[in-house]
Amino acid sequence: MLSIRNLSKSYVLGKPVLRNITVDIAPRGVTAIIGPSGTGKSTLIRCINRLVEPTEGEIVFEGRDIAHLHGQDLRDVRRKLGMVFQEYNLVERLTVMENLLTGRLGYTSAWNSFRRKFEQADIDHAFELLDHVGLAAFANTRADALSGGQRQRVGIARALMQKPALLLADEPTSSLDPKTSVEIMQLMCGLAEENEIPVMINMHDVELAKRFASRILGMSGGTIVYDGPPDLLADDKLKMIYGGEDWLA
Amino acid sequence: MSAFALSAFGERRPFRASWQVRLAWLALFVYLVYAASTLELSWPRFVQGLGNGAHFIGRMLPPNFERWELLLQGLAESLEMAVIASFLGVVLSLPLSVLAARNLMPAIVTWPVRFLIMLCRSFHPVIVAIIFVKAVGFGALAGIGALTIASVGFLGKLFTEAIEEISLKQIEAVRATGASFMNTIVFGVVPQVMFRFIGFSAYETDANLRNSTMVGIVGAGGIGGTLFAAFQRFDYDFVFAILIAIIVLIMIGEVLQIQVKRVFKQ
Repeated sequence: MLSIRNLSKSYVLGKPVLRNITVDIAPRGVTAIIGPSGTGKSTLIRCINRLVEPTEGEIVFEGRDIAHLHGQDLRDVRRKLGMVFQEYNLVERLTVMENLLTGRLGYTSAWNSFRRKFEQADIDHAFELLDHVGLAAFANTRADALSGGQRQRVGIARALMQKPALLLADEPTSSLDPKTSVEIMQLMCGLAEENEIPVMINMHDVELAKRFASRILGMSGGTIVYDGPPDLLADDKLKMIYGGEDWLA
Repeated sequence: MSAFALSAFGERRPFRASWQVRLAWLALFVYLVYAASTLELSWPRFVQGLGNGAHFIGRMLPPNFERWELLLQGLAESLEMAVIASFLGVVLSLPLSVLAARNLMPAIVTWPVRFLIMLCRSFHPVIVAIIFVKAVGFGALAGIGALTIASVGFLGKLFTEAIEEISLKQIEAVRATGASFMNTIVFGVVPQVMFRFIGFSAYETDANLRNSTMVGIVGAGGIGGTLFAAFQRFDYDFVFAILIAIIVLIMIGEVLQIQVKRVFKQ
């Protein structure tokens, strides 16, 4: 499905944030990436849909290296990669429905998007998704009028509007309260499971990661130091990922 | 005891008037006196001016609306010039501001465009109007050209700054869906700047309305030409009528501007 080979990224020459990451992502299931702040979790996720340019290595997606694509080829790949952001990144002044339809922009000409003219099938799909995320009554509400939890629901629906082959989520619950966090994770992982979409999530909440992921990647210092199921993630492994031990007590 | 210890070194003051500031004030005062003396500003001159002014005002009253047709024609021409120039200014500024925004375009594109916008803003509309009158001849065309240039200089800069202040997170999310550059503009940039653009455009239309009454003085069409002619013929009562008409026009423009902003609020 997705195969990352020797991926490295340095924002500043000689100071790599990612060092030689090699990992395969299966076509099903939730993979959670955990690790301390600044260890490159976000950079790894963003290299995949190329919001960040990788310095070296390959990202093989659907049998093709996408690490160096440009222009239309890159946009075609991005259409298949849904992304959910920590701060939702909705277009605040657009309505919920417009934000959902943003997920179809990769298939819409500029002239049609200017006239807000989308395929009827996409519009039906959008209403269906709104129903699924429990925001059916908010289609014409502006995004900036929503609460954090509601915004992230819109963010998830927007990503799913792309009918993605892979769902990327960058700290999707870090701006939410614990209860809403669980609800958002349930919703996102549930919808992904239903639609058979694999998910890659960055998290810093280890318990939440263990609860929802079938596979955990532990990162430290720009490399993957743990790769396995959540129940094998014992204290000694956590010590290896985060360092220190006082916090585990 | 320790609380008083410092008084040994003099009083403590909460604010310090530095000698540089005092020197600056003194320099300003000296320059004012010097400037007034070279311009022969004196009390007798002022009194003489007052008498002259009283005579002038006496001749302005009452305003003379006998030639109202000429007045209305001039006003209509000014209004038309202002609206056309504002429209052209907005239409030209939209693409220019996208090209000039440093968060959307590489430096190689933004520099020339920013220079062009700066060039449009360098001269007062009246100077541009003189150039246009010399280039294309007397009349409204010259005025429209001059006001359009002024609008591009003003709106281009404000639009560019509005675009440079948008949230890039929202843009990132739109790009991540595979949207093209134009789609990103339509769905990511425009919603963020729309309201401000409308506000700026309404303001610029208002400014153009005012400037359109002035470019006529140099022969670029509009009520200004009528006003200038009336001055030269010492028809001060007609001048007063024109001034009242301009005030009414500007007030109507002001009301319209507030309405436009209210409609598009949010």
